Amino acid sequence: MDNDQLKDNLIRLVTHLGDNNLILGHRISEWCGHGPVLEQDIALTNIALDLIGQARMYYQYAAELTGGNATEDSIAYLRVEREYSNYLLCERPNGDFGTTIARQFIYDSWHYFFLHALQNSADKQLAAIAEKSIKEVAYHKRYSSEWLIRLGDGTSESHVRVQTSINDLWKYAEEMFEPAAFENIAISNNIYPRPALLKEQIDSFRLEILNSATLTKPEVSYFQTGGKTGIHSEYLGHILSELQYVQRAYPGLEW
Amino acid sequence: MKKNDWPLWEVFIRSKNGLSHKHAGSIHAADADMAIENARDVYTRRQEGVSIWVVPSTSIVASNPDEQTELFDPAENKIYRHPTFYNLPEELNHM
Repeated sequence: MDNDQLKDNLIRLVTHLGDNNLILGHRISEWCGHGPVLEQDIALTNIALDLIGQARMYYQYAAELTGGNATEDSIAYLRVEREYSNYLLCERPNGDFGTTIARQFIYDSWHYFFLHALQNSADKQLAAIAEKSIKEVAYHKRYSSEWLIRLGDGTSESHVRVQTSINDLWKYAEEMFEPAAFENIAISNNIYPRPALLKEQIDSFRLEILNSATLTKPEVSYFQTGGKTGIHSEYLGHILSELQYVQRAYPGLEW
Repeated sequence: MKKNDWPLWEVFIRSKNGLSHKHAGSIHAADADMAIENARDVYTRRQEGVSIWVVPSTSIVASNPDEQTELFDPAENKIYRHPTFYNLPEELNHM
């Protein structure tokens, strides 16, 4: 593989990591002003802003690698659905508060251990982004784990509702462990941690929290994948139409 | 208070090591752990603190506003309680 191909591959990888955070961050930001109580409204908005801030770091890096007129904004606002490579999990709707917590728990449990490993990346910029992000993500993981335990081990109604959310979302819980072609190339260059090595750690953490929450780990026979290669659910288009509306309607608008 | 409302907690934030905790405001939370997290999310978003105390609002004993006159007015004319009658050397600034 020549240097240009390696660079293109790195751009795909970095953009994918930005996409996860942007789309999930956008989803969580939909809670702003609608949180169940003021304190959780602010907590969720903080997490949304953390994720969008992290997405910016990845997009700035991708824009720098791409060169030309590329900017973090052109990457976020001027790509279509098929060019987005976020996990399907990130685009799932908020549902009730318990569903948002269940989705966040599945994401954070991967995100934390992933960033922990990414700190050792052979790519210095990615290692630096991971080091900066992991403090925020450690708190996200704590937040979503504690809330999952509260809801699972809470009232009979909260238990049933959050177990239903976990059951509905679990088929999106393993997309991160199936490397796409661009990930395999990065793995072989020591840029990216090997998902199989993370899986054991993440599985055991997930199980530990589910047990504390008196929740059952769902048996899933078929995991949904495809987000990484641009095959999305119907939700991403709706997210992008809202996210990109202003730039699409008024190209180049600044504020 | 409505039946489903979480209890109220008073939040105290210490802005730097060496300074004392100052009252920042109040939050609702179901228990102490949640109170610390809610206080963190609501009151330390702009790097306001390095330490948080939370206290159930019901544990705070407050002076009675109706007794304000007898409690605080007597201190009014006692200027000798302020150490303003000493001649300080010039080198001592900021006293």
